[in-house]
Order: sequence, then structure tokens, then C-alpha cells
Amino acid sequence: MFGAGGGTSSYQEIEETDLIVLWGSNARETHPIFFHHVLKGVHNGARLYTVDPRRTTSAQWADLWLGIDVGTDIALSNTIAREIIHAGLADMDFIERATTGFAEYAESVEEWTLERGARETGVPADAIRELAHAYGRADRAEICWTLGITEHHNAVDNVFCLINLALLTGHVGKYGSGVNPLRGQNNVQGGGDMGAIPNKLPGFQDIERDDAARARFEEAWGATIQPRYGWHLTQMFEAMERGDLTALYVVGENPADSEADTQHALELLTGLDHLVVQDILMTRTAELADVVFPASASWCESEGTVTNSERRVQRVRKALDPPGEARDDIQIMCQLARRLGRPEFAYASSEEAWDELRSLSPMHRGMSYRRLEELGGIQWPCESEDDPGALFLHGRLWEEPVRGPRAPFMVVEHDLPVDELDDDFPIRLTTGRRLDSYNTGVQSGGYASPLRRPETLDLSPEDCERLGVVEGERVQISSRRGSVVAPVHIDPNLRPGLAFMTLHFPDQVATNVLTIDATDPKSGTAEFKAAAIRVEKLRLPASELAPGHETIPAA
Amino acid sequence: MDLRIHGAEATEEERAAVDGMLGPPLTGWVGGARAEEGERTSHGGHDAREQRHLLLPTLHAVQERIGWISPGALNYVCLRLTIPPAEAYGVASFYALFALEPRAPTVVHVCNDIGCTCRGAGELMRELEKRVGPPGEHPDNGRAIWLESPCLGLCERAPAVMVAHSGEDAYEHVIAPAGADAVLEALGGAAAPPAPPPDLPQPDQSGLRLLRRLGQVDPGSLSSYRAHGGYEALRRAIEMGPQAVVAEVTESGLQGRGGAAFPTGRKWDAVARHPVRPHYLVCNADESEPGTFKDRIVMEYDPFALIEAMTIAGFATGSELGYLYLRGEYPLAHRRLGDAIEQARVHGFLGEDVMGHGIRFDIELRKGAGAYICGEETALFNSIEGYRGEPRNKPPFPVDQGLFRQPTVVNNVESLLNVLDIVDEGGAAYAQIGTEQSTGTRLFCMSGCVERPGLIEAPFGIRLGELLEMAGGVADGRPLKAILLGGAAGVFVGPDALDLELSFEATRAVGATLGSGVVMVFDDTVDLVPVLLRIAGFFRDESCGQCVPCRVGTVRQQEALLRLAANRPRGSVADELALLGEITEAMRDASICGLGQTAANAIDSALRVFSPFPAAEVS
Repeated sequence: MFGAGGGTSSYQEIEETDLIVLWGSNARETHPIFFHHVLKGVHNGARLYTVDPRRTTSAQWADLWLGIDVGTDIALSNTIAREIIHAGLADMDFIERATTGFAEYAESVEEWTLERGARETGVPADAIRELAHAYGRADRAEICWTLGITEHHNAVDNVFCLINLALLTGHVGKYGSGVNPLRGQNNVQGGGDMGAIPNKLPGFQDIERDDAARARFEEAWGATIQPRYGWHLTQMFEAMERGDLTALYVVGENPADSEADTQHALELLTGLDHLVVQDILMTRTAELADVVFPASASWCESEGTVTNSERRVQRVRKALDPPGEARDDIQIMCQLARRLGRPEFAYASSEEAWDELRSLSPMHRGMSYRRLEELGGIQWPCESEDDPGALFLHGRLWEEPVRGPRAPFMVVEHDLPVDELDDDFPIRLTTGRRLDSYNTGVQSGGYASPLRRPETLDLSPEDCERLGVVEGERVQISSRRGSVVAPVHIDPNLRPGLAFMTLHFPDQVATNVLTIDATDPKSGTAEFKAAAIRVEKLRLPASELAPGHETIPAA
Repeated sequence: MDLRIHGAEATEEERAAVDGMLGPPLTGWVGGARAEEGERTSHGGHDAREQRHLLLPTLHAVQERIGWISPGALNYVCLRLTIPPAEAYGVASFYALFALEPRAPTVVHVCNDIGCTCRGAGELMRELEKRVGPPGEHPDNGRAIWLESPCLGLCERAPAVMVAHSGEDAYEHVIAPAGADAVLEALGGAAAPPAPPPDLPQPDQSGLRLLRRLGQVDPGSLSSYRAHGGYEALRRAIEMGPQAVVAEVTESGLQGRGGAAFPTGRKWDAVARHPVRPHYLVCNADESEPGTFKDRIVMEYDPFALIEAMTIAGFATGSELGYLYLRGEYPLAHRRLGDAIEQARVHGFLGEDVMGHGIRFDIELRKGAGAYICGEETALFNSIEGYRGEPRNKPPFPVDQGLFRQPTVVNNVESLLNVLDIVDEGGAAYAQIGTEQSTGTRLFCMSGCVERPGLIEAPFGIRLGELLEMAGGVADGRPLKAILLGGAAGVFVGPDALDLELSFEATRAVGATLGSGVVMVFDDTVDLVPVLLRIAGFFRDESCGQCVPCRVGTVRQQEALLRLAANRPRGSVADELALLGEITEAMRDASICGLGQTAANAIDSALRVFSPFPAAEVS
């Protein structure tokens, strides 16, 4: 936030804070390692609040769960903000010193009375008030979020609405207080750090606006970098649709399974002139490719670094030789570059590539391999070899006067999900992950798990009764984009009108046939979290209902 | 605490039993009726987890009403208390009195422990097997069974049985002494026999202090207790103020009567001064040491005395809540203490404003469920808190971090009873009684082959032989073979020990112990080998399994004894004895708590004093 894309706090602070808000995150299942730090915090006395349409296993740990309607996060945040302001709990000193845009923000939330907030979000007013006061009064407080916030058509606004709350109460830039997007893989953070995003060079240096940085890279690389943002994933698909993008090099992604509105995505991928896929496994996308580069598994067959959710860069060491013809990602890319006529792509080691990065990214400059090893990883920014790294970000906001730019409040408007509920599609489907599986199953499907069960449409007992369906009965699920058939699972932790599916088993149930590809214009994330569906009983003979023996083939 | 609750659901009756203890569920998320539109909030977290201490009482409620704890009932309990089912199962299965499989509604627990076998338990069980069938069989269309049980704490009236009937008309009572006819009637649902008067065998009862009201006072009447001088001590304590009470208790030299003999005044002082609040008082009434029944008799016949003593302790140490943890096999004491607490509340001797002096103190009566280890103070805390009754490492000691990790004073029943007289007459006067290092009187549980079994109170310093005389000597005038001093965790002594002075210091000097005041007598007809096997079996059963030396050691000890008893030693008898010696040493040195540290005491002493397996008998 405020420039660099990373959580502001350290795990240690999560353990020593007073209040944790998990907003749009079922971290118990989807970020189990991070949740251990949450549990330590809880054990140390921290109060835990969860905001989630579902009463998840994380919510069951919480002191208070707020079961909002899907996609009403901004309404809830604005209501909380108004309550904090009216209760005199806003940190006016901090706001005046370190932020901009408060007056406009305060005016924008003024209409969000508790009553209106309750009406829009479905959460009782006293629960909203309780969270507002607890957050406003806490000495230390952390907000953590994941895809419940970002897999929406207004993802960036959703993030802004949470950051607003932190600015309002001064819960950022000091020990034990911060705002933290949780990363879903060991190196999601590192991908962004290394510039694998369309608008930044490594180290979050802006391609368009930071001329000096661009010049440094151009000099080092002996090449011209166009001062123009690239496309993010959704824009790439749009470009494919327009015919502007005809060749695609996919590294470690499986868009054929993971994109919303699968049918459409497959059509576009198969319509490309040339598709190259680099992956550790033969994914559905790889099956479509003209060329497949088998890659080594980065956690055990490669040398390098990863960066976790607390911005800690850590060394990864090679333990095994990759099987068959698989090669290290760096080798594959360097060889490709050399064939394309750039012989200087020749690093003797991963450390050499890393040292080049250090020479170009100020926030990594102090992180030599030696220091990474000695210190057990270093949290960026770390600008020199005597810099211990940063436990938390934005401490500057508490300096008098503030060093650097002040943090802006962003006025954000409540905007319901694109896929509206109506009589034809009356049930809100939200998607997510389970503890035992990961995304489309590329990395987790090969392992057996005692917890794993097949894909199901999870429904409340009330909806099942209304539909006259029993546990395990196969039903037809339709959205405005398509239909799938899946067995029903009765989940007493769902309320009526809310359904849940995962994306883990695309071979069994192509959940993304149902989801909508409405995307956030700024981040390019699709609204996986909100589809409108209809569930219909299949007219099948009794013998074919509730088979009950469907299992996932264990590898 | 992930609640992975699936499968079995509670029946209406099971839910009623749980709701009876916890109140109706507040939301659909925790088992209540679901709102039509769905509920959008739920409270839980710290508040919910603070209910954990209700787990044991709730399991009792289910056991009492249903007769066993089904997976469905357990799931519902877990949902209500936000406890993972695996953990709750771990707790439920920890206790012997809980059934986790369907069981007949009427169960007669027949004591087969050493005290009762001296007095006919073996014959009783053989008779039952003949007329009813083996233990656990359902003779009467599955409505009633009998089971073997470790010591029920009724050794003065051996052989003893406890009857537990579950259902809407649940009841528990004991029959002692019990004949086969009486057990058969109990299996058929016969009512409880009237409670007999307390067995106080000593001929001269003029010097009784702790026992002076027993048999005189009506245990069901606060008025009667007050007519016998009750609540004078509390009044006196309030006049003196808490610091003076602690000072008097310290000056009295009172030492804990539970077995460890720690100075009570030092405990009280440490808790009273502790800056961390709240403080808790815990009365350890989990009297489970085989051969011990002293606390039970006093609680049954003078329950208000313990209530008053606890109130004084709470007042002196700044504790506003006292937990009275009673062993599960004491139904009469449970009823009488429950009644006494209720009467004391009604009359303002407990509650927000004790005796109108603005003192806040109340007592929660908690019932154990058949686990000897819960007599260990830190295991007892875990049991109250709703965890498996496994001991904790010390330090931290209870005075710093005891119940709920708060400063806690934990005292045995008998220790607390002494406080009444100390407050009345002053610590200095109290210290005149007994010996220099063991002040006051001691309760001795006379059982086994003794003419008049029962409870004797005598000043410290009395000789073992004198004590035996007060109980009428060995039964039928037979020669004395051995005396077990201090219980199953104590030691055996021979006839040459009758001169032994019974004080902490004198017993310690000869490597003996007073333990819980057990004096169990064996005459020349008793074969000690089965007695030792029973003790070894007891410790094997009761080891909580948490630490290796005890978990493995108690098993190995029993196995070695079984081989010796069968005259099939591995190697020579000397080899086996050497092995037992090593096991003894390992358990003493390395066990976490007193159970493992003392589990070899009685056997070790018997091997040394009586040589029941002469090495010459090598096969």
C-alpha cells in the first residue's frame, strides 16, 4: 500500500497485537501457516473478528463473526468508519499529520448510519457497532484480508476501504498495527517484488513514472524499456479477444482451469497463434500449448529466493536434481534469450542473477546471499548491508513532520456484485478453497488427503429442504453463463441463500463455468466471489441419487 | 479447536441433558433453532472457550441422564462449548465412571481393592458371578450389570459397592457392608439403605477435635451446626482480619494432610500476598488413595465444618471463589455438601456479603469421575478446567499459577478442618498439640484385618501399636503380619514397627510415610502376593500415561510381579528383583508427579521387609 505492494506487519506483530480482523479471509483453511501466528495472537489474548459471508472454520475461532452479504464490504467499512468518527474514536492527530483527503472521506461515509449499514450488509447494527468500537479503541490492531476482498469487480476499492479504516484510527506504521494482504503461495509476494506485474520494474519501481529507475535498468540491460504499462492477465485475455495478442508465454499458471468463465477462456487460448507453457506438470493449459518447457520444482530442485507475506526474502536451496528434461526456470529463460539473440543472458548461478537485482532494486540492495543465510531471511526494504530490514512499513507516518508523501484517504462507493440476484438466479454462489487442496489442484491433486472430499455444491440445510434434495444428491447448477452438475453437500455453517463451491476439481466440476469474468479495472481480478445461480433437482431414478461412493482418485 | 463435527447427532434426551447443564443454545450456529433468514453473527472466541470448565459437569449430566456418552451427545457438547470432539473424547475417555459405549442403566461397582478383599470382597464377587454372571454381563435384559472397581473409600465398612442408576430417575448410593443378596436387590432397583452412623472406634472420645461433632450434629441442618458452635470460627476470623488469620495458621505449624506435608501457612501467605488477581481456593476432596476414607466421613457427617473452613481460607487468602473437588464415588458426601452449600448461601454464609461483612465468597462443588490422578493438585486443576486430568510440570507452583493459571491455594479437606480450631484457640495453643515438628491431631483410617475399623483421631506422636489397640487390635486376636501405612503409595511395615512414633519426622526418618493416614492391617492368614499384584494393577490402571517413566514403569512393574507370582521369572528371581529395583528407581527419579514417584513404594517396601519371593526359589 502507498506504493509498495506488501503487508505492512510482521508475523511477530500478529502474535503480539490486541485485535485481529480477518476480512474476507478463511485463513484457517487457506493460509494455515499464517493462521498459526493468528492463533498465537489469540492465545496471547488478542480478540479475533472475522468478516465473511460464511461462518467458516476461521469464524468459529472468532470472538465475533459478521456474516455480510457477498460484496457489501465497502458498505460495512463505510458504516464502521462513520461509527468510529461519531464515537470520537478517530485519531485526529494522526489524520492531520499523516493523511490527506479526510474531510471528503468523512463526508462520503456520513450517510452510512448503522441502520443503513445493517440494511445493506445484512449484519445487525449492534455487531457492526461492536467491531467499530473494538477496532477504534484497540491499542494495537491488524486487518488481514485475502481473496474475499480482492476477487471482486471492485477489488481495489475494497482494499482502499480497509486501508481507510487503518488511516482513520492510526492503525498502521507502528508495532502491532497494520494492514496485511495474505499471500496464497510461498512466493506470490516475491513475484510482485521481482516485477512480474505489468506496471512495475523489480523493487516496485514504476515503469511509466520513474524515469531514473528506468534509465538504470536500461543501462544495465543495454536495452530500451518502453515507458508504458503492460497488460495484466485480464487485459491479456481482452487483447486475445481483439486479436491484438496472438502469442503467449505462460510460466507457472494454469489459466485454462483458473479463469472465470472457463468456456470462453478456452476458446481464446486455443485461438492463439502460438502458446508456450513452462510448468512443473502437464496442466490443462500445457495440453493446449505448441511448446512445453518442463521446469524444475522451485522449492526443492532450484536455487534462489522466495518472499513470504511478511516481506521476508528467504533462501531456497536445491535438494534434488529435476527429473527428465526439466530445467531450472532461470536456465530456460536464459537459453530462450540467447536463442533470441541476447548472449549476455548467462548467469553462472542464481546468486549472480540475484546480485544483478540488488544492483537495480534499492529495497533489496542490502540482501546478499550471505546475509540472507545469516539472518534467516530479511524483510524488505533493506537498502544497505548494515540495514536489518523492516519489521513493519510506514513508520515514517509517525514521524514529525512526516517523511515522504502523506497517505491518502480514498473515497469509495458501495457497489453490489455485477451478477445480480433475481427470481431466475436467486442463490448467491461464492467460491473459495479448502484446507486440503490448492486452487485448480495442479500442486495438491497429486497427493492424497484424509480430509479431501469431492467437489460439491455446499448449501444450507434450509435451501436443501426447500429444493427437496439430500446429501450427495446430484443437482444442476446454472448461472447466466452456463450449467454444471454437482452433488450437494449440506453445510449447516451456511445461511439460506448462500452457496459455496471450490475450484479444486475442474475435471469433476468446472466451477468456473458458472463464475463471471467481470473484472476490476485496476487490478484485473475477476469476481470469482459472487455469481448468481439457480439450483435444480435432477429428475433421476432413485438408484442414481446420492451415490455416495464418488471419491477423488488418489495419486 | 477446529470443530470438525460430522455424523452422529444428539437425541432429544441427550440435548435436554446438556441444555439442563448449560442452558438452552442461544443461536442456530451452536445447536439452537435456526433463524429462517439465517443468523448473521455469532459470538465465540475467548468467551466461548472460557466455558471449557463446564465440560466435566456436562459430561456428568449426560452420563447421569443417558447412562453413557454417545458420539452424538459428545458432538453436541462440543458444539455448545466450542471444543474439538477429539479433545472432548480425550477428556471423556480419561475417566473411569464415564461409559463411551451403551451400557445398562443400573451399574453396581463392586470394590475389589485390598481393603475390601481382606474383608470378603472376593467371596462377594464369586457369589455374584455364580448368581448373576461375570462382570459386565447383562443378567436382566440389559437393565443392570455389576463391574469391578478400585477402592471406593468405604474400607471401614468393607466389602463395599456403589450403585449408579441413570435416567430421569437417576440416583447413586452405596451399600457397605454389602452381601450378595443386597447387590442382587440393588441390581433389581432396590432403594438405598439408610446411612449408618459414622464408625469412630476409639474408646475414649473426649479428646476429639476434628471429629467431635460427628454423630452429634445433624449434617442436614445449618441450625444444628450452629448449635454445636458452627460459624464461631468464621466470626472470629473476620474480627481478626485476613492477615492475622494467616499469621495464626503459620504459627500453628499446620502441615498439609494430603500427603506432602507442606506448611499450610506458607501457602496461604504466598497466595494472600500475590499481586495477581483473582485468587482461587481449591479444596482437594478427591480422596482416592486406596484405604483412605477420612475426608469422606467428615464431609458426610459434618459438611458445614468444611464449608466454614473453606470460607475462612477464602477470606484469609483473598479468594472469592472456592472449588470443592469431590471424588466421583462419594454420592452421600456430594448430596450433603450440596445441601450444605445451598443452606449456607440462603443464610448469607456464602455469597456476595458473607455474614453481612461485605466479604464475597462462594463455593462451586465439582465432582470427579473416577481418576486417582486427579488427587494430584495440578491434575485436579486440569480436571476442573475441562482438560484431561494430567499433572502439570512444576514450577510454576499453584501459589503462582494454579487453577486457570491464577494464584491458587489448594488444601486437603483435613488440612482445612484444622483451621477452625486454629482460629478459635490461636496458633500457639494449637502448636502445643502433637510433637514439635508435627502439630495437631491426625485422622487415621483403620481398615483391613482390624477388630473395629473406622476413623481415629489422635495427636501426632502416638505409637502405631497404641493406634492398633484403640481399634481393638488385630481382628479375632490373630497375629499381625503387616501394616500398610499411608495407602497404596505408602509403605508396608512389619510387627516390629508397632513402636513407631506416628509423626511426619519419625516416619520420614525410617523411610515410611503417613500419607493420607491409612493404617491397613493384615493378619497372618493374608497372602501378600495378591495384595502386591492388586497394588501394581492399580497403579498401572491409574497412571495417566503422560510421562514415560510412569506409563511404562507401572506396566513393567506389574509384569515382573506377575512372572514372580507365577514362579516363572525371566532369568532368576534375583534378576527380576533387580529389574524391579531399577524400575522403582526410574519411576522415583523421573516421573512428573507423585503418582509415578510413589507407585513402587509399597511393593518395594514389601519386597524388602517380607521377601515374598525368596531368591532361593529359583526354578
